[in-house]
Amino acid sequence: MSRFALIVAHELKLAFRQGGGASLALGFFVLAGALFPLGIGPEPGILSRIAAGVVFVTALLATMLSLERLFQGDFEDGSLDLLALSPLPLEAVVLAKCLANWLLAGLPLLFAAPLLALILHLRSDGLITLFAAMLLATPTLSLVGAIGAALTVGARRGGVLLSLLVLPLFIPVLIFAVAAVDAATQDLSARSALLALGGFLAAALPLAPWAAAGALRQALE
Amino acid sequence: MSLFEGRDLLCVRGERNVFARIGFALDDGQALVLRGSNGSGKSSLLRLMAGLLRPAKGTIDWDGESIERDTAANNRRLHYVGHLDAVKPSLSVSDNLAFWSALCRGQIKEDAVRRALARFGLAMLADIPARMLSAGQKRRLALARLIASPASLWLLDEPTIGLDADSIAVLRESINEHLGEGGLAVIAAHGELAIKGASDLDLDRAAALDVADVLQ
Amino acid sequence: MHRFANPARFLRMSTAIFPWIAALTAICIGAGLYLALFASPPDYQQGESVRIMYVHVPAAWMALFVYTLIAVASGIALVWKHPLAHVAAKAASPIGACFTFIALVSGSLWGKPMWGTWWVWDARLTSVLILFFLYLGHMALMNAFEDSSRGERAAAILALVGFVNVPIIKFSVDWWNTLHQPASVMRLGGPTIDPAMLRPLLLMAVGFTAFFFTVLILRMRAELIARKIRIARMARVHGEPEWTRAAPGGAA
Repeated sequence: MSRFALIVAHELKLAFRQGGGASLALGFFVLAGALFPLGIGPEPGILSRIAAGVVFVTALLATMLSLERLFQGDFEDGSLDLLALSPLPLEAVVLAKCLANWLLAGLPLLFAAPLLALILHLRSDGLITLFAAMLLATPTLSLVGAIGAALTVGARRGGVLLSLLVLPLFIPVLIFAVAAVDAATQDLSARSALLALGGFLAAALPLAPWAAAGALRQALE
Repeated sequence: MSLFEGRDLLCVRGERNVFARIGFALDDGQALVLRGSNGSGKSSLLRLMAGLLRPAKGTIDWDGESIERDTAANNRRLHYVGHLDAVKPSLSVSDNLAFWSALCRGQIKEDAVRRALARFGLAMLADIPARMLSAGQKRRLALARLIASPASLWLLDEPTIGLDADSIAVLRESINEHLGEGGLAVIAAHGELAIKGASDLDLDRAAALDVADVLQ
Repeated sequence: MHRFANPARFLRMSTAIFPWIAALTAICIGAGLYLALFASPPDYQQGESVRIMYVHVPAAWMALFVYTLIAVASGIALVWKHPLAHVAAKAASPIGACFTFIALVSGSLWGKPMWGTWWVWDARLTSVLILFFLYLGHMALMNAFEDSSRGERAAAILALVGFVNVPIIKFSVDWWNTLHQPASVMRLGGPTIDPAMLRPLLLMAVGFTAFFFTVLILRMRAELIARKIRIARMARVHGEPEWTRAAPGGAA
């Protein structure tokens, strides 16, 4: 098994043994999504208008919840030192952890999103685009969020601080993801919005691990 | 020129000068024991040697080349055991060790893991979840990493904390065996390890803070 | 020590130029305000309320200018490890945040007579709001650690990451805005600017910039002094106490 796969498998094993984590993000996603009809009223016309936005905003918040402990646990028990000293470059370690985080949190959200969209009365011709947009957006959220998680390792009030740092960086992904779904429900082409999302993912894949690794090295100094 | 050498090292952590103008030189089969009071910089020097911390001034060279040149190669040739044990409570003892060993080697080698656990008296506990271990047992698990995969340079930060006399003896034997095979070791200790032929570096005696400099 | 060789020079230089830059601030803002409030013409469309533009637009420019400056200082700090770069970024951030806040409030006040609402989600105001959050994040991260140098280094990375994202955010928000308000041509500031309006605008911009540097110098000097105090205190804490110099091989 390659070292990269070893770390991913290790993270997955830890998550399943420790419990919580992913199911927490999923639970929050569905619960917070369900709050909107309770707050705004069940009228299908209004709900279907905001469905795409609600799905992506809650997915964004749920992803952020799952990121809080991305590096903090390892930092506290000394594992982060050892990961930084492994033969695998720290950037690859970060990427492996992001992949594990996505498998544990992003992937369940990906499959729960169309369900949430349905109960929020999203027009059914938007569902496939919703799935595609979530598929492109959730890995980007994990990657960009990892930068925030790396910067706040060992900080006071790390969780709240993480939100403040990371939510502005999520905004472009949010805008284009919702735009894609809205275009699909209005029988317009979602292509340019999905391309933008793909572009964000392509940029985040090399750049986010690099920035996060830099931040982790600072934490270990 | 020695194999592992540090020259004129200045260590700054936070806004504080931890130590200045420190140097060391080690060759195959040699050990260095770091002494000094708390805060004198023993842990910082070990982290400098590991590459986790960059010196504000000075160089650390392995075989004539700076250790910053190729961090992957540097990481491959060392084992670092710090104050923390890096033990995951929800995994079993052997799973814990197997992960770090496989990460270093690049492949899983179960017999090496078993041998390492046996050496440090943890063989019977291999399947126990690590959260049930005592502090001393967790320390031994951390030290077992030294044996579970090979590395030329051992950097140990107060390894004997929490260990009983028998375990300290096992550690001493392992270090001597490692030195005998041509390995190098740098150990921060308060005095009980008694490695034969080890040289000493007392960070208290070396110039630590130049307060006049700092305040201009 | 190389770390403190430069601050002495900085302190000397800043003492010399401070009165000049403070004077420049007073003159430009004074003249700018006079022109803005009295000597310039009202807008053909918006009437007298256009005068808020003379505060709003330069404030928005400063918000972006200061963030760029912070990003540059952060880059210098991370790559060349210049000792003053972190100090500059730390000192500049709250000033930039204030300019951003002024831009937001003045933008809101400007919008009220025009659209009747206290806030409008047009592209520029929304982008400035997000910039405000970036500033808040930067300041929060800077102060989030017991070890202040860790905060400075982390904030430097954040500033660079944020800076790279600013054009992406601006592009996204513009796109979002055209999606939701396709027919709107009402831009705060109008399609072209009369030269009689340009002069006070530029004067205010220069005045604000001079103001920024005036306050920056003050804050950097304060930070350098605070630093010295911290280091002196730490020296006292970590200075070797007599009793550890016991007999050789003595007990712990």
